[in-house]
Amino acid sequence: MCGIVGFFAKTQSLRETLGAQVVPMIVCMGDRGSDSAGLAVFADRANGHRRYSLYSRERNFPWDGLADQLGDELACQVQGMSNHGILLSEASEAEVKAVLCAQCPDLHLLSAGRLMDVYKDIGHPADISQRYDFNSLRGSHCVGHTRMATESAVTPVHSHPFVAGEDFCLVHNGSLSNHHSLRRKLEGLGIEFETDNDTEAVCRFLEWRMREGDTIEGALDRAFAEVDGFYTLLIGTADRIVLVRDAFACKPAVVAETTDYVAIGSEFRTLAHLPGIGDANLFEPGPEEIYSWKV
Amino acid sequence: MESLDLAKISVREFNHLLHNELDASACPEIEVLNPNGLHNLAVGLNVPVKLNIRGHAGYFVAGMNKQAEVTVFGNVGWSVAENIMSGTVRVKGFASECAGASGHGGCVVVEGDASSRCGISMKGCDIVVGGNVGHMSAFMAQAGRLVVCGNAAHGLGDSLYEAVIYVRGKINGLGADAREEPMEESDLSAVRDLLERAGMDCPVTEFKRVASARMMYHWDPDRKELY
Repeated sequence: MCGIVGFFAKTQSLRETLGAQVVPMIVCMGDRGSDSAGLAVFADRANGHRRYSLYSRERNFPWDGLADQLGDELACQVQGMSNHGILLSEASEAEVKAVLCAQCPDLHLLSAGRLMDVYKDIGHPADISQRYDFNSLRGSHCVGHTRMATESAVTPVHSHPFVAGEDFCLVHNGSLSNHHSLRRKLEGLGIEFETDNDTEAVCRFLEWRMREGDTIEGALDRAFAEVDGFYTLLIGTADRIVLVRDAFACKPAVVAETTDYVAIGSEFRTLAHLPGIGDANLFEPGPEEIYSWKV
Repeated sequence: MESLDLAKISVREFNHLLHNELDASACPEIEVLNPNGLHNLAVGLNVPVKLNIRGHAGYFVAGMNKQAEVTVFGNVGWSVAENIMSGTVRVKGFASECAGASGHGGCVVVEGDASSRCGISMKGCDIVVGGNVGHMSAFMAQAGRLVVCGNAAHGLGDSLYEAVIYVRGKINGLGADAREEPMEESDLSAVRDLLERAGMDCPVTEFKRVASARMMYHWDPDRKELY
């Protein structure tokens, strides 16, 4: 069992308080998954640099010195708090990865993009929300996850959201039965994996299809045909949040939409605190239907 | 005890009060406030109490119900009134999956839509849905009646035993061994009676009857594709 949450803010005031809206959702869904949690937040920023989210095993990593340390090989700025850093640079993901690998092998690259920051770690979702100060996050939309691992290790890297490419992430409640064959297929195309987790396979599958020219809808139609298993998937891209359930609708999801926001959760009780929820249009997504909201 | 506020007491305390501290002879009526999607509300009741749950409820609300009349003024999560034995459970909004699952008796009314697997393995209860039902509804249903005033998604009545399904709208595909049959006078009367109990007003002549073709009761190698 896992929990998924998502929030899509339609108003500027909700964008300013995105984190505060979503923290009670994540904490509530700690009941469905208490071993790890994660959040991907999308925000349009004026500077337009590429953003790389970094994870350090060391709680008080010296982020202030990192930009200078990397300076000779990578022009960048770094903002950091505790064990999470955000590196701003125009370099490509491959270049950043190579420099980090050589100079700071203990730092893990969580995500790449121009709008997306990713936070994920092991521990109770309430503790993680506090550790990374999710309350203070701003942005247009976010997807989050609480994990109760059933098929691969409990580590920060195995936590959701999973990412592939730039500004693309996915959280998953369910289990996939053919992720090994998907992985073999994608590895044959030169796509590299970071973990043995089933969700990573569908995440990289979808990003591969979109890189090949499919729309997100086209990629998901292919996934319906090729991905076997149970899933509710919530996908975040630079300008969208997309929700699908498997053909049997085995894993839950509830959507609440108002004129101000779209909120998505595994269960209604995770949405119960939201403003105007009493008047929201509440519905349960159907099997193999694609629900998408665009910024 | 005229009202119980779930913002002030836990689900465990709430259920304990309903199980142990009601004067059953008084047939009390209780308002339940702030359900906020909580799970397992009013499970295992065995008293003639009337509960009005003011808001949305979570999973298993009014599960195993006996005697009680429970109304949810909102939506419900998975498995509302699962294993209901008697009494009535009414949902004013929509119901998530497995509404009335394994119900032995009593009546479940969903005024809105019910999601997939509505009435799965029902064993004698009646279910009336004002809107549509999702896929695989009445899967392996053994006894009882499912009335659907709207449409039914694919796989309706798959592997049915002796439960009977009545659908007013479109059936988007029957499950294995389910078949449409002519409506007899007894069917019209049954649907009329159930709609009246549910407080719904639809022309009974518009309903279709779906029941088991009973071809899967015994192994038949010529029909192995059905299994």
